[in-house]
Amino acid sequence: MSNNPLENKQEYQKYVDEKSPNSPIYKNCFNAFWIGGLICSIGQIIMNICKTRGLDTQLSGTVVSIILIGISAFLTGLNLFNKIGKVAGAGSLVPITGFANSIVAPAMEYKSEGYVMGVGGKMFTVAGPVLVFGISASIIVGLLYLIFNTQSITLV
Amino acid sequence: MKKIGKQTISFDSPPTILSTACIVGPKESQGPLASYFDQCLDDEFWGEKSWEKAESKIIKETVNMAIAKSGVASSSIDYCFAGDLLNQCISSSFGLRDTNIPFFGIFGACSTFVEGLSLAAIFAESGIENLLCAASSHFCSAEKQFRFPLELGNQRTPTSQWTVTGAGAAVVSKSGTGPYITNITPGKIVDMGIKDANNMGSAMAPAALDTLITHFKDTDRNPSYYDAIITGDLGHIGKSILIDLAKKEGYNIKSNYNDCGVLIFDQEKQDTHAGGSGCGCCGSVFSGYLYKQMQDKKLKKILLMATGALTNSTTSQQGESIPGIAHAISIEL
Repeated sequence: MSNNPLENKQEYQKYVDEKSPNSPIYKNCFNAFWIGGLICSIGQIIMNICKTRGLDTQLSGTVVSIILIGISAFLTGLNLFNKIGKVAGAGSLVPITGFANSIVAPAMEYKSEGYVMGVGGKMFTVAGPVLVFGISASIIVGLLYLIFNTQSITLV
Repeated sequence: MKKIGKQTISFDSPPTILSTACIVGPKESQGPLASYFDQCLDDEFWGEKSWEKAESKIIKETVNMAIAKSGVASSSIDYCFAGDLLNQCISSSFGLRDTNIPFFGIFGACSTFVEGLSLAAIFAESGIENLLCAASSHFCSAEKQFRFPLELGNQRTPTSQWTVTGAGAAVVSKSGTGPYITNITPGKIVDMGIKDANNMGSAMAPAALDTLITHFKDTDRNPSYYDAIITGDLGHIGKSILIDLAKKEGYNIKSNYNDCGVLIFDQEKQDTHAGGSGCGCCGSVFSGYLYKQMQDKKLKKILLMATGALTNSTTSQQGESIPGIAHAISIEL
């Protein structure tokens, strides 16, 4: 390290990186793993119950999504989901629970600006990019499937 | 009033800070300085319908309290300087719209409180009798404007700082018996290229260093002249950077230096990561804690240096770096 971190911007960035603590990555990974796993297990339990009640696989999957979204939205409204997310990180963010939270949270936050411009206009500020790139990616994959499937190569 | 050195102004008849007041939110009320604050709120909404209204109410009530304590009639306050972090400084203008005091809205990001004190001191030295300055911030309104909705389940990085909910206000007068504002060193904008909006302390520390060293050179003083050197909201990381960089420049500030963002929260118990930030951080810690320490003669000479990160959410998304600023004032008995 240089003796004078303020000599130029690169030196200072390097100096700051050394001074700044990193996120506790092992702890975060561990928590994300078990809480994410727990959420998925709950989903699987709901799925099995649905199947034993006579629903087919696809319909059971839809029921699982609806129930997990409902729970997540409810916990967001009670100001509890952010407390789970703080510990779980990607564990609660990556499953559909995180997606539900990312829509309900801005809807609550911007209610003070009215139902149209506030709730309606800002509801997708966090989830918007996920939707745009998720849908874009699915279109590209769909096109690729269409092209290659005609030559009877099965990609999916 | 005369300019000394590169950028310091020294006052011939130093203005007095007649009174101060501060109101803080629930989290600050659980912090180590709780007993020094004039009023602690147990609800972040304070009976209002939005965070913005709550912040306006906080600054309004803080100002009323400071005026009441000063013994000066509200109608005798000549001018007022106030600012905050919300777009177009609406907390201050909405909060003070009923006061009937001629109003200057100021913006210096988190350095606003000391910027206001500096301007008030210059006005007082120019012959104006009574001035008011105030600054506020609110955790919830700041998160909403700069980061994510509160209910979003994301994680904060260890370098991120916690915006203080609170406001500080002070009445500055041409005549009085102290504490006096003896010098001001308005700072330059310093940008060392830090782009991480979750590491504001590091972005502002070079500006703080620049103002600190300029102040010592201009006034021919050294760190031991002051009982305490206090920065606004560098937080734990910025504080340690400033100590380190000052040492490299030949100034040892370790023994008498601290930071409002470090003082206001208990880092471990309150989970505030790198410490407090916001206009209300320096405003409430000075108005609550430091001013009372001076009244009790526990501190006789302090250098208060508020730091600001001159950025907004658009520039961070555009990948711009964060320019920092720091304004210093000497307050002496």
